[in-house]
Formats: sequence, structure tokens, C-alpha cells
Amino acid sequence: MQQLINTALGGLTLGMVYAAFALALVLIWRSTHVVNFAQAPMAMVTTFVALEIIDHGHSYWLGFAVALAAGLVLGAVVERVVVRPVEGGPEINAVILTLGLFIVLHALASVVFGNRYRSFPAAFGIRGIDVGGTTIALTGFGIFTILAVLAVMTLLVLLFRFTDLGLRMRAAAFNQEVARLLGVRVGRMLTLGWALAALVGSLSGLLIAGGSLVSPGYMDSVVVYGFVAAVLGGLDSPVGAVVGGLFLGLSLSFVSGYVGSQLVALAALAILMAVLFLRPDGLFAPARERRV
Amino acid sequence: MLTLSGVTVSFGAVRALREVGFTAPAGQVTAVLGANGAGKTTLLRTISGLVRAQTGTVRFGDRDLTRQPPEAMPRLGLAHVPEGRGVITELTVEENLRLGGLGRGRRADADVLDRVFSLFPVLRERRAATAHVLSGGERQMLVIGRALMASPTLLLLDEPSLGLAPRVVAQIFDLLSGLVADAGLTVLLVEQNARSALSIAHRAVVLNLGRVVVDDDARVLADDDQLRHAYLGF
Repeated sequence: MQQLINTALGGLTLGMVYAAFALALVLIWRSTHVVNFAQAPMAMVTTFVALEIIDHGHSYWLGFAVALAAGLVLGAVVERVVVRPVEGGPEINAVILTLGLFIVLHALASVVFGNRYRSFPAAFGIRGIDVGGTTIALTGFGIFTILAVLAVMTLLVLLFRFTDLGLRMRAAAFNQEVARLLGVRVGRMLTLGWALAALVGSLSGLLIAGGSLVSPGYMDSVVVYGFVAAVLGGLDSPVGAVVGGLFLGLSLSFVSGYVGSQLVALAALAILMAVLFLRPDGLFAPARERRV
Repeated sequence: MLTLSGVTVSFGAVRALREVGFTAPAGQVTAVLGANGAGKTTLLRTISGLVRAQTGTVRFGDRDLTRQPPEAMPRLGLAHVPEGRGVITELTVEENLRLGGLGRGRRADADVLDRVFSLFPVLRERRAATAHVLSGGERQMLVIGRALMASPTLLLLDEPSLGLAPRVVAQIFDLLSGLVADAGLTVLLVEQNARSALSIAHRAVVLNLGRVVVDDDARVLADDDQLRHAYLGF
């Protein structure tokens, strides 16, 4: 029983991080139909920015805030400088550029921040909480992780549902030409979309790093799991990304706890294949418009 | 008043518009007619800046629209309702309308939304529905309503009758002539359905292979059997 609860709690925490990362991928996919593979090293770079700030004696929260801001800026710069020039061409061009950026950022990070493992602090305790004499697998930092992701998701929902800016961003994502005719500055909206996505990606990077070791490659597996989670949700649906992330986190946690941790990557692949066979549009694909 | 002069547009080797010039008087409906591929849609896209003219000028009142990007059109009082899939199907009916109001650069007040809802009561009923569940006629009402949200002075309509039942077409055209009579709206109406278009138009321009071949009073065109046979096929 205790193992069951602990496995579920571990999966929930991990699932929230995958959900955030999947959400970052979906935000970009939805507006530009590009899978941003560079999301992982972008989050890695901003996490290292936070680490440098913290290692220079500043507070964890300053590092946290600067890393999120750096994510915002990095996302906007990548869209303007790397993606914008190939816009209008086949989407595969942009995807390949994000793969190139993946490699470049890796190499740069190794040079600037060092190609070794460094320990990243956590804002809250990373020991399990005591509940009635037994220690459960939910840590203070785990609770923070869950709350932080929930807070960001709530803010995004508020932005997209209830503000004029959010409405413009959605219009630009769904139908560029009509949006332009209605006075929406589509280019700006795309830049902002990339910036927000990179911010959410940076958040997941910081949360994964908390209380653990970071190196230039520490986010590489997260991009795989985040991508699987996004595909589970249908790539187009933010809600799907969140549910996909939680589902994947829980599944992998159970595989790791009950079957064997060496099978986690294989399980993720099996889940991805099963979804692609059974529901290729994802679990949350919106009803397709019938074309007559 | 919308004035085009000497507008030429080419796509590669294809000349879509050749030296097109005419005037659409303020407060009237000007129908742009012609066969498929005559350049009607390109004409509207050039006016709203989606397509750039190689030569010629487009003026609206005392403003030069020729080099303006499409994003600037709502602020200049111009609304372009594109052909076919102009509804953003992922958004709700009300979100589509709100979006139309944003284009003017300031928030549309509730009065404007109310007025659109009273013109199209069906939109009020379905305001919370996602637009992809709407019928073709409802979608056409939604895109016209959305254009009106920005309180335009010039409305560019691309084939509003396309794929609609005759009864719905009559309803929409009635509404258009009402808007022109009451609100002093200037309308440039591109249509394949020449008979319906001529029934509400004051002026008519016929395009043939990218050239203006008729530019006259709508009544004159409607009464001239030879012209009708030659260019409109009825």
C-alpha cells in the first residue's frame, strides 16, 4: 500500500514536469506546426543561468526569476533570428533548424558552464514528508513543483481565455491570414508565443534540476518524454498535453517501481506506439471538421 | 469612395490584374462580376494589402492604401470578408466577434455587439458555441457580423453567396442593402452569382481575364441582354 502511494506521488510530481514541458511544445506546435526540439537545451541554458546566479551567492529565488525571464527572452530571440527567416517554407526546415540549435546550445553550454555534473539546490526540503509516523515520497520541493506548474497553467488559461492579447494570440495561431485582416500583428503574436513556451520550458527545467545534478545533457531525456506526452494529448491541445504528461509520469513511475527502472525508456516508447496505433490523433484530438 | 487606377498584379508569368481602374462610390454597393479566374478575388486581396500591386494605386477617401499592410485595414475603416473559410472555427462565436472589434485598436463597446446580435439573432443564441458547429449560412452571418464589429466604412465581400441556399442568400443580401441604406456603408461585392448581386448593386464592374470590360450602372448591365450573355452567362 505504502509503495503504491509513494509510486503514485512520485509519478504525479514527475508527470507535472512532463506536462509543463509538453505544454511548451504544444504552444509552439499549435501556432507554427514546428516541434521545437531545442526546447530541452534552451531550458538547460536558462537553468545554468540560474545556477550561476545562485553559485555567486545570490538567493535561489533571484536565480529562479532570472532563469524564467531568460527563457522568455531566449524564446523570442530564437523565433526572430532562427525560425522567422525560414517561415513560409516547408515546416521541416524549421524543425531541422531547432535540431541544429539543440547541438549548438549543447556545445556552447559545455564551453561556458563546463561539461560536468554540478549540483543544483532546491528551494524546499527534498526529504519525504512525515505523515503519521511514516515517510511518504512527497517532498516539500515536490509540492512546490506541483503548485508551480498548476499556477503557470492557470495563468496561461486566464491569458488565453479571458484577455484580448490571448484572443489575438489564438487567432494568429489558428488562421494567420484572417487574423491579419482583423488587425492582429501575427508576427508579434508568434514571437510572444515562442517566448511564453520557452518560459514554461524553463520552468520545467528548473523543477527537474531542483535538488539534483545538472549537466549540458540533463534535459535530453525530458524532451523525449515531453514529446511523448504532447503526442499523447494530440499535439494540438494544451489540456491534452497536461493530461498526457500526468499519464506518462504515472505510467513510468509504476513501471520503474514495479517492473524495473531500466525499462522506463522502453515503456515510454511502448506507450507512444500504442497511442499512435490506436488513436493517431492523440487522446484529445478535437473532432475533425468534415470537409464536403 | 474607393478609387483604383492602373492596378496591375502578376503572379510569376501570369497577369492576374491588368491596369484595373474604377471607382466605387461612397454609400453604394458596387458589384464586381466575372467568370472564375477573372481576377475578382485577387482584386479584393490587392485592395486589403494581402497581395501587392506591381503598379497602380488604391485610394480610399483621401488615403492611399497602396502600400498599407493588411493589419492596418481595420484602423482605416476597411473590413475584408474573405471567401469561404473566413471563420476561425476553433474559436467560439462570441470570440470571433470580439476579435472583429479589437481591430479598430480600441475595445468595441457592448452596444456594437448588441447591434450585431440584433442583426443576426441566431448568433446570439449560439454565442458560446465553437464556430465549427455552425452551418454555412450561420458562418457567413458570423463573418459579416465580425466585420461589422469594427464599425467599418468600407466592406469588401468575397462571394458571400457561395454554397448557400437561395433563401439564405436572399436574407443576407437583404441585410446588406439595409446596412448600406441605414448606415451609409460602402460595399464592394465580389460575386459569381451575378443575378443576386445585380439585384442590390448600384454600380457594376465586370472583369474578364484581369481587365475591366464593363464599368457602369448596375441597372444598365442588368437590362443589356448582350452584355449579360457575353460576360455573365444569363
